[in-house]
Amino acid sequence: MYKILNAFLKINRRWIFLLVLLGVLIPLVLGKGLTRSYPGAEVVKVYDFLNNLEEGDIIILSMDYDPATIPELNPMARALLRQCFNKGIRVVSLTLHPAGPGVVITLVDELLREYSQPGVNPDGSVRPVREYGEDIVFLGYKVGTAVNILALGEDVRLSWPQDYAGVELPAYGSDPTQTTLPLMCDVQNYNDVKCVVTISGTRIPEYWVAYGYQRYHVKVATGCTAVMFADFYPYLQTGQMIGLIPGMKGAADYEELINRPARAMVGMLPQSIVHLMIVGFIILGNIAYFIVRRWEKRGGGDR
Amino acid sequence: MGLRAESRSWGIGIFLVLTLFFIPALASAKEPAPPESGEAKVEAPTPEGETVSPLGYPLNFTAVDNPNDDGMKIKLTWELSPGDQPELGKKENPVKGYRVSRLGPEEAEWQLVTVQPPGIAYFLDEGTEEFPLENDVLYDYKIEVVGEGEILSPPIVQKGIVSSQQFFNTDRINILVCVIAYLCILLFYIFRARKGHELFVRRIAGLDAVDEAIGRATEMGRPILFITGLHDVADISTIAAITILGKVARKTAEYETPLLVPNYDPMVMLVAQETVKQAYLEGGHPDAYSDDMVFFLTTSQFGFVAAVDGIMVREKPATNFYMGYYYAESLILAETGADTGAIQIAGTDSVTQLPFFITSCDYTIIGEELYAASAYLSKEPLQLGSLKAQDFAKVIIGVLMLTGIAATLFGWMWVVDLFIAR
Amino acid sequence: MRREVPVLICAIMGVAMIIQFFIPHPVSQAIYKTVIKWFIIIVTFAMVLGLLSLTRMHLTKLRRGDKDWFFSLVTISSLFVNLLVGFFSFRITDSFIFEGLKVPFNFFTISFATGLAAGSPFMNLFDYIQVPMQATMFSLLAFFIASASFRTFRARTVEATLLLVAALIVMVGRVPVGHMISTSIPALSDWILVNPNMAAKRGIMIGVGLGGISMALKIILGIERSWLGGGGE
Repeated sequence: MYKILNAFLKINRRWIFLLVLLGVLIPLVLGKGLTRSYPGAEVVKVYDFLNNLEEGDIIILSMDYDPATIPELNPMARALLRQCFNKGIRVVSLTLHPAGPGVVITLVDELLREYSQPGVNPDGSVRPVREYGEDIVFLGYKVGTAVNILALGEDVRLSWPQDYAGVELPAYGSDPTQTTLPLMCDVQNYNDVKCVVTISGTRIPEYWVAYGYQRYHVKVATGCTAVMFADFYPYLQTGQMIGLIPGMKGAADYEELINRPARAMVGMLPQSIVHLMIVGFIILGNIAYFIVRRWEKRGGGDR
Repeated sequence: MGLRAESRSWGIGIFLVLTLFFIPALASAKEPAPPESGEAKVEAPTPEGETVSPLGYPLNFTAVDNPNDDGMKIKLTWELSPGDQPELGKKENPVKGYRVSRLGPEEAEWQLVTVQPPGIAYFLDEGTEEFPLENDVLYDYKIEVVGEGEILSPPIVQKGIVSSQQFFNTDRINILVCVIAYLCILLFYIFRARKGHELFVRRIAGLDAVDEAIGRATEMGRPILFITGLHDVADISTIAAITILGKVARKTAEYETPLLVPNYDPMVMLVAQETVKQAYLEGGHPDAYSDDMVFFLTTSQFGFVAAVDGIMVREKPATNFYMGYYYAESLILAETGADTGAIQIAGTDSVTQLPFFITSCDYTIIGEELYAASAYLSKEPLQLGSLKAQDFAKVIIGVLMLTGIAATLFGWMWVVDLFIAR
Repeated sequence: MRREVPVLICAIMGVAMIIQFFIPHPVSQAIYKTVIKWFIIIVTFAMVLGLLSLTRMHLTKLRRGDKDWFFSLVTISSLFVNLLVGFFSFRITDSFIFEGLKVPFNFFTISFATGLAAGSPFMNLFDYIQVPMQATMFSLLAFFIASASFRTFRARTVEATLLLVAALIVMVGRVPVGHMISTSIPALSDWILVNPNMAAKRGIMIGVGLGGISMALKIILGIERSWLGGGGE
C-alpha cells in the first residue's frame, strides 16, 4: 500500500496531462453540454447597462487581446456585439494590442456577415441589418496604450485619423450623408460615448480605469481572462468599473443573458470536468501525502 | 539616538504631514461662491386672465462659467419643472423637454442650444461649430419648458454670462498637496540616510538566496537565466528587475558564470545590455561581455514563452530568475524550469501570478519586496531612504483609511470629499 | 554628457507634465496634446528597434553557423515571409471593413490595405498558423496547472491549508457545476473574492502605487538612473 501511494505521489505528470485531455475531449466529441451557466452579478451589471442604452447610443469596444486568448475572449466579444447589433447600439471598435487587428477583423467580418440580411435570431427575435460605417467602425491598432487612451479623451482623430481600411474619418459634426463612415460624425471623444468596454487578457483595463475613468470620467466595463479576474475585482467594488465578464464562464453567462448559447456555453462542461478533476487530484494527493508521511514517521517505509 | 527620540521624530513627522494635508484641503472645501450672473427673471409674464400653464417654470435656473477648465464652456442648471414627472414615462409625462437658447452680443435672434429630455436638470454648453462659444464675451441664456404640441412655458432668462479660462484646477488641490507631501517625506528620508542614519530593512529571503543561487550555477558550470518580465521599460517592476540584473551580472562577471538574458521588449533589451555591460566592466571582466548574452526574442507573449522554454530545455540553466511583471505564462515558465532541475527565484508585483510562482519556485519575492530589492542588495543610502519614505507614507495611508472609515460611519462626508480625485 | 542630458530631459519633462496636470488653461492643453503626439511617434520607433535587433542577432548566428542555427533560419524566414506576404498579398474581397475603401488605385495601396482583409493570404497565415500556435501555447496552462496543483498543493502548514481550501472552493464555485451542486459554493467563492482576496489585492495595490510614485519621483529627480543602463547614481 505504501509503495502504491508513494508511486502515486511520484506519478509521471504525463498521466495527469492525459486525464485532463480526456476530460476536455470526451464531452466535446460526444457533443454533450450544459444548458445553463447561472450568470454572476458582475456580468449582469454589464448586460443591464448596455440593455438600458437607447438605439443610436455609441460605445467604444476595445478588443485588446491576441490569438492566444481567442477561445476565452472571442465568445464574450461576439455576445457583446450581438447585443449591440440587436439593440441598435453603435460601436466604435479599436485595439491596443499589436496582435489585435487580425482577431478583430475576423470577428467583425463574421458578425457583419451574420447581420447583412434581415432575418430572425435563433431565439425568435428579429435580426436587423447592420452595416460597416453606419453601425460599427474598426479604427485599428495604434502603438502605446496610455497615450491613446488619453488621446481619445481629447479627440479620437489625434490617434486614429483614419479607420483600419485607410478611410479618413469625417470631421465631427459633419454631414453623415457625405461619408462612408457616418458613425464617426457623431464621435469626437468620450463625451460622445456612453461607455468603454475593454476586452483584454492583459492589464490594459487598468489603464482604461486610470486614464479613461479617472481623468475623463468615462464609464468602463471589462471582459478579461479568468486568471485576471481577481486583479480587477477591487475596481468593480469601488464603482470604477461598471461590471466584469470573467473568462469563458463570463462569456457563457453573457450568452445566456442574450439568449444565444454558443461556443462559451459548449465549453462549460469540459471546463467543469477539468476543474473537478483538479480538485480530485489535490484531495487525493493530500490524502496520499499524509498517509505516506504518517507511515514514514512511524518508521514504516517499504510495505 | 534613543528609541524615545526616534518615536518623537515619527510623531512630529506624522503631525506635520497631517497638518499639511488638512489645512489647505480644508481651505478648498469652502462653500462654492454664488453664481456671478445676474438675477434670473421671467421675461414674458403670464397674460391676464390666463392661468399659469400646468408645465410650471423650471426654478433656480443658473448659468455660470464652468470652473477649472480651458474656457468656452458654460454650465447650466435648473430645478425640474413641477409638471415634470419622469416616472410616468415619455408618453404620459406632460413635460417633453427643456429648451435652452443662447443670445450672443452680435446676434439678433436666440440660437437653440439644446433640448434636454425631461428629468434632466443640467447642461454643459460647449458651443457648436456653427455657433461657437467664446471666452470673455457676454451671453444671455433662456430656458423654456416644452410640453405636448410644442407648447412652451414662459421663458426664464439669465443675462450677462461670461466664460473664461482658469489657470489652476482647484478640484485637484488635494492631489497637489499629496504629491508635495510625499515629495517632502521622500527628500527628508533621503537626506537622513545621506547623513549616515542607519535605516533598518527586514530580511527578504528571496534576495538573500540570490548569492547562493549564483554560487550553485558557478559550481555546476551551467548558465544563469534572467528574465525581466513582460512589461516595458517604463514599468516600475521592470526597472526593479533591471536593478537586480545589474547586481547579478556583477557577480557572474566575477565568477565567470555564463548569463542569458532573453527580453520581451526591445527597449528593455537595450537598457539591459547597458546594465550588464557596465556590470561586467565593474566586475573586472569587460571582455567576457557579449551582446549575445542579452537579446530580444519577440513581443508575442506565448512566442516569448516558447522561446524561453526552448532555451531552458537546451541550455539547462542551473538558476532561473523571474523578475518583473508576468501574465499567464508564469506557470509555463516555472514548471518547465522546475522540470530541468533549476533553482528558481521569482519576484513579481503581479498578484494573480504570485500563487503560481509560490508553488513552483524555490523563493518568491512578493509585490513591493521587488521594489525594495535594489535598496536591499545595494544598501545605498538613497535607495534605503526612499524605501523608508514609502513605509512612512503607508503608515499615513493606514491612518487616513481609519479616518475615512470613522468619517463614513459618523456621516462626516466632507472628510471623505477632501480625498476625491477629480 | 551621455548620462546627464537624458536625466535633464527627463527632469524637465517630468516636472512640466506634473505642472500641466493642474493647469486647465488652453495653452497647457495645447502643450499636452502636442506631447501626446510626440509620445506616439517615439513609442512607434521601439518596434523598429526590436525588429532590427532580432534580425541582427539571428543573421549573426546564421553567418557564424552557431549551434541551433536552424532555429534562427526558421525565425528569420518567418519574419520576412510574413512581412512580404502582408505587403504584397491582396484580395478583391467581400470583407465588410474594406468595402468602403476609397483610395486612389495603385498596387501597393490596394495590396497593403486589402492584404489584411479576411481571406487574404496574410490573414490565412494568421488564422491557420499563428492563431492555432498561440492558442496551443496558452492551452498548455491547463495541463501545467493540473500537474503543478497535484505536485505542490500540500497542506504542510496552516497558511498552505488556507490557500488550499480557498483554491478548492473558488475552483468549484467558478464553474456552473458548482452552482448545480449547491448554491452556497458560488456564494462562498464570491465571498472569498470580495473579502480576503480584495483586501490583499488592495494592500498590494497601495504598496505598488506608492512604489510607483516613489520610483517616478526618483527618476524625475535624477536619483534613480538604472533606466539609463549601467546602474548606479
